[in-house]
Amino acid sequence: MIEVNNLHKKFGNLEVLKGINCQIKPKEVVCVIGPSGSGKSTFLRCLNMLEEITSGDVVVDGNQLNDSKTNINEVRTEVGMVFQQFNLFPHKTVLANIMLAPQKVRNLSTQEAKERALALLKKVGLSDKATMYPSQLSGGQQQRVAIARALAMEPKVMLFDEPTSALDPELVGEVLEVMKKLALEGMTMVVVTHEMGFAREVGDRVLFMDEGIIVEEGNPEQIFTNPQSERTKGFLNKIL
Amino acid sequence: MIGRFNWAGVVEFLPQLATGLYYTLLISVVGLLIGFILGAIFGLGRISKNKLVYFVSSFYIEVLRGTPVLVQAIWIFFALPLIIGYNFDSITAGIIVIALNSGAYIAEIVRGAVMSIEKGQMEAGRSLGLDHGKTMRYIIWPQAFKRMIPPLGNQFIISIKDTSLLSVILVPELIFQGRLIAANHFNAVEIYTTVALFYLVITLSLSFILRIVERRLDIQ
Ligand SMILES: Nc1ncnc2c1ncn2[C@@H]1O[C@H](COP(=O)(O)OP(=O)(O)OP(=O)(O)O)[C@@H](O)[C@H]1O
Ligand SMILES: [Mg+2]
Repeated sequence: MIEVNNLHKKFGNLEVLKGINCQIKPKEVVCVIGPSGSGKSTFLRCLNMLEEITSGDVVVDGNQLNDSKTNINEVRTEVGMVFQQFNLFPHKTVLANIMLAPQKVRNLSTQEAKERALALLKKVGLSDKATMYPSQLSGGQQQRVAIARALAMEPKVMLFDEPTSALDPELVGEVLEVMKKLALEGMTMVVVTHEMGFAREVGDRVLFMDEGIIVEEGNPEQIFTNPQSERTKGFLNKIL
Repeated sequence: MIGRFNWAGVVEFLPQLATGLYYTLLISVVGLLIGFILGAIFGLGRISKNKLVYFVSSFYIEVLRGTPVLVQAIWIFFALPLIIGYNFDSITAGIIVIALNSGAYIAEIVRGAVMSIEKGQMEAGRSLGLDHGKTMRYIIWPQAFKRMIPPLGNQFIISIKDTSLLSVILVPELIFQGRLIAANHFNAVEIYTTVALFYLVITLSLSFILRIVERRLDIQ
């Protein structure tokens, strides 16, 4: 589904990604962990070209991203993204937030888009919030709407960038619950997270990133109970 | 003091002042409508990554903000016809002046408002597969527009008062009429005060309308 070969990313002279290699299979749930500034967000954002790739190959669903002939808008319709700060559209109702892209990109009729949006709201447990504005919702509710909005495009992959980091602790669970449900349904997911419990329970694989490279990867059990690299050990000691 | 002025005498000139009011309004409304369109185009142009578009927009904005309206009026009414070989009547010239001048200021208002929208909004739109134009149209612009309203109101008021400078190119607007009357009847204080009240009525109505628009957008 996703194949990354020797991905480098520079901001000016600052090299943030220093040769990332990884493959993500369909239906796999990959959690990315690592210290602040290690390049996790940048890596994720390269997967849907929110960041331009400096060098290397990124192939998503058969599309070579670092090829100027690739229609990036088309690729993005297959790759949903959920942000730490939700980024809901504040001038639109919950329903309108979800309906916008299916209507304007996939050309769904209002009726179809609305049915799809209502079904997704039900799925994330917010059927009663359809006519509200984002500012009227709690953080956890906003993030669930953001997930529904991304799902409305029926993407093949979902990228999550610390989806629960901006939430009050008591609101984290409801968002993770939705993500878990999604994983169980077979969605391919790449999740940058500090929620080790989630990584352990839901993740098929964990990538530990530090200073722009993937230092260690493996199944969650292995990474959390028997890390090989000193850097991984140090990081886990600090956060667990 | 007030009693020494002949306020009742103003009444007989009200029809003539009403003609002036008509032209002031005509030029303000049409000029500002075009000015808003110009402002939107050049304001977005100034955010453009395209160097040429950026340069042209900046040139337009800087030249029109940096020169007096009075001189712009003279350029457009007297000089431009010589260059392009086509004469405008003074009203058309007046509309062009107000449109071009307000457009330059509105461009900066548009640019500021669009740039004030959080980066995450554009990213959210793009990550859903909307292209740049659609994200702009459905996500960025509606939010930016709301933020433009207070500074737009300010600019509209300034431009409405700027129409008074168009008397130099013989636009028969309020000040032009006021000057005609005052010169013949030696009642400058009474007439110009009345003219000022006319302006005040226009600008207060505008403020009122904008406040309603703002409230509408808030409720949305
Ligand atoms: N647009 C940018 N311009 C310049 N430098 C950037 C930009 N975005 C990120 N960086 C730098 O790249 C490095 C990696 O940032 P990134 O956001 O990918 O880290 P992260 O692992 O997601 O950290 P965190 O856990 O804090 O979110 C940081 O040093 C950051 O300052
Ligand atoms: Mg990050």
